This record gives sequence, structure tokens and C-alpha cells, in this order.
Amino acid sequence: MDIREFIARRVAKEFKDGDVINVGIGIPLMSTRFISPDITVHVHSENGIIRMGESPELLGLPIDPDITDAGGNPKTILPGGSFFDSLLSFALIRGGHLDTTVLGALQVDEEGNLANWIIPGKLVPGIGGAMDLAVGSNRVIVAMEHTAKGNPKILKQCTLPLTARKKVNLIITEMGVFEITSEGMTLTEISSEVTVKDIQECTEANFSVSPNLKIMEV
Amino acid sequence: MLSKLVNKEDLPNKIKLWDGMTILVAGFLGNGTPERLIDFLLESEVKNLKIIVNDTSYPGKGVARLIEAHRVKNLVTTHIGTNPETQKQFNNQELNIEFSPQGTLLERIRAGGSGLGGILTPVGIGTPVEEGKQKIIVNEKEYILELPLTGDLSILKARKADRFGNLLYYGTSCNFNPVMSLSGKTVIAQVDEIVEVGELDPNLIATPGILVDYIIQTGK
Repeated sequence: MDIREFIARRVAKEFKDGDVINVGIGIPLMSTRFISPDITVHVHSENGIIRMGESPELLGLPIDPDITDAGGNPKTILPGGSFFDSLLSFALIRGGHLDTTVLGALQVDEEGNLANWIIPGKLVPGIGGAMDLAVGSNRVIVAMEHTAKGNPKILKQCTLPLTARKKVNLIITEMGVFEITSEGMTLTEISSEVTVKDIQECTEANFSVSPNLKIMEV
Repeated sequence: MLSKLVNKEDLPNKIKLWDGMTILVAGFLGNGTPERLIDFLLESEVKNLKIIVNDTSYPGKGVARLIEAHRVKNLVTTHIGTNPETQKQFNNQELNIEFSPQGTLLERIRAGGSGLGGILTPVGIGTPVEEGKQKIIVNEKEYILELPLTGDLSILKARKADRFGNLLYYGTSCNFNPVMSLSGKTVIAQVDEIVEVGELDPNLIATPGILVDYIIQTGK
């Protein structure tokens, strides 16, 4: 299985029945395709929609250019969903009305700091909704490939400008799952294809290994 | 009741434009941005604009067209990642950009249009966003004081209007339109469909017509 799909499938297992979630572009968005049909999850998109559905192309429906996701791609709305303006959308985000946000990261560190909006001098995509989502959501999951071209992305301390301070609760990569609390970072699940030593070698951050370490299942 | 409907030809007489003015542009990645009003700005000579907008859209769409035509000097925005030209002009220092988190940008615009001296938000604490800003502790929690934003002109896009300027939006093209109707000294909306006063259900109107100075019909 493709690494990104593997991560996305594991992310989908974090969602619970009735959860309101927001997912960033890339692997986070992909995770919504793997949500168990036994549960109902309400997908929020910051451009002003709750209960966002799949793209109309996938469903064989005509495209409505005025119903899009936060990447500007055509989407649909599910029964029971609603549209609203951006003010309300960000009140939902900051006000603690989102159960879980899943974001990608350039860097994340053992204190739960997140950097994902700028590489000074190189890449300036901008903040968008990322800071509000990271600060306001009740639970923040980082879903990403474990390294960038072999370089660790899970660090002792982020070196890039931060998106949010001490907000990441869980990191899911193709190698394992880490929980972050005020006590530090703990490896709770490991891919069947790697060892703890393999993970240590491509992770700069210090982490402990859970006594109940499980094999990562998707 | 006075009709606020204007023709494309009337726009230069009705809407005053000048170099360096501040314009609030509604839309999210171009969705909900009034392209005909972007045309109007491009057909004028106006330059060195200060634009307040969520993002700079995709090439050839919405605000991107103003940037490609080098009409923008200052930008207050949340994201430029979908537009290489914005990044180029920013790196060349041709374009000044103030980045604001999206929720903060929205509340600053709301504050500007609703008589508030600013807003307190925890978003941006511990990041470059807090630099140079006053921080205030309320109930033992730290907040950034973010200041209000207003503009000389707001340009909006709506699905439906009556001749008094009451606006209805559709889908995710609503986005920044309602809040920006509060904060421009002059407010103009490009509208797909225009009906007579009294035809819209007052319960469903999203932006009251008193906030809107002019409307122009799409494609006419």
C-alpha cells in the first residue's frame, strides 16, 4: 500500500461517531475516504460548510462552482449540512466546536509545537486557517510522512516559525503513532515493517516507548 | 425606493477610485469574488492599491488579476500559496504583505465595521504573528490585541439581490462577503439575479440592503 494511503487509513480510525472534524489538504483530506461506514462524522471546511460530501465527479453529479472545499475544489453537501459565512466558520473553529483537526506539518516537536506555514527565504505559502485550527480545535492530529527526503521532521524543538505552541496531541506517520502530553512524547503504535531503533534513527525528538506498544493497524 | 442597480458604463461615474486606496475584496480562492468588478478596477488606471483579501487566488482568477497587472502595493491576507506571481512580487519587495491568521483577519474586518477598538485572540501566541503587538491577559490566559480594519471600498459577490441591495448568497461563495459589507465606506455587489423590492423573503436576507450602495448584474 502507498505510504500516504497507509497514513490516511490510520488517521481515519481516530474519528468517533458524531465527531466534527476539519482536515487539511493532502493526507488529512484523504483520510475522510476511509471513515468506517458504521459511524457518522461531520466534515467542516473553513470556507463555510458543515457536512461536506465527496466531489461531484466521484458521485456522478453535476459540478456546482459555488460549492467547494478549502482548496477550491468542487464538493457536495450531505443532508443535514449547512453553509455559513467565514465569520461563523472561524467562530466554530476558535470556539471549541471542532472535535478534531488533522493537519500536515513541515516540523513538529516533542512539546507539541507545530510549524507548517513558512520556510523563511524559500517558501511563503501563508497561514490560511491553520493557526486558528491548531489553537481552537479540541484535538490536533498531525498526519505526515515521517521524514522529508530522509531528514527528520519530528524534532526536539521546531526551527521554523511556529503555527501554534504546544497544541499537537497526536502524530501519525508511516512508521508509528506518537502521543504528546505535558509529560513528553510516547510511541504508542509501530508499523509492522520497522523496529523502534529504525524510528529512533529518523526521529530527532526524544520519546518513550509505551509499555503497551501495539502494531499499527489500518 | 431608489434603485441601486447600476450599469457597467455608469461605474466610473458612481465609484470613485484613486491611487493608494484600500479595497476589501470578498472571496475564498476566487470563489465568491466579483470578477466583473475586478474588470472595472483593471479598466481604470488605479494603482498602488492596498487590498484586504483572504488569499490571492489562483493565476488568472479574482485578485490574482490585479496582482498580475501590478496594481497592488500593499496586501493584508492570510495565504499566497496558490499564486506564484504574488510570491514573486513579495520576494522582489515589489509587494508588501501583512499576514494575518484567517479568523483574525475576519474579526479585524468585523471590528472595523462594527464600532470595536480591536479584538483579543489567542491565535498567533508564540508565533511571528504576535511580534510588535500588545498582549493582554484575561482570566490568566494570554491574548493578542488585534486592531480593526476598514477600507474605502468593498467589492462583493452575491447570488441574488433586490433593487434595494438586499443580498442572498449561495453555497461556499458566501465566505467573506457578509463581513466585508460592514467595513467599506462604499459597498458594491456583483449579483447574478436581481428582483424587485419585496420579492425576497426578509427572513432569508443575509446582508441588509442598507449596507449596500450599488449593485451590478453579472454579465450585463
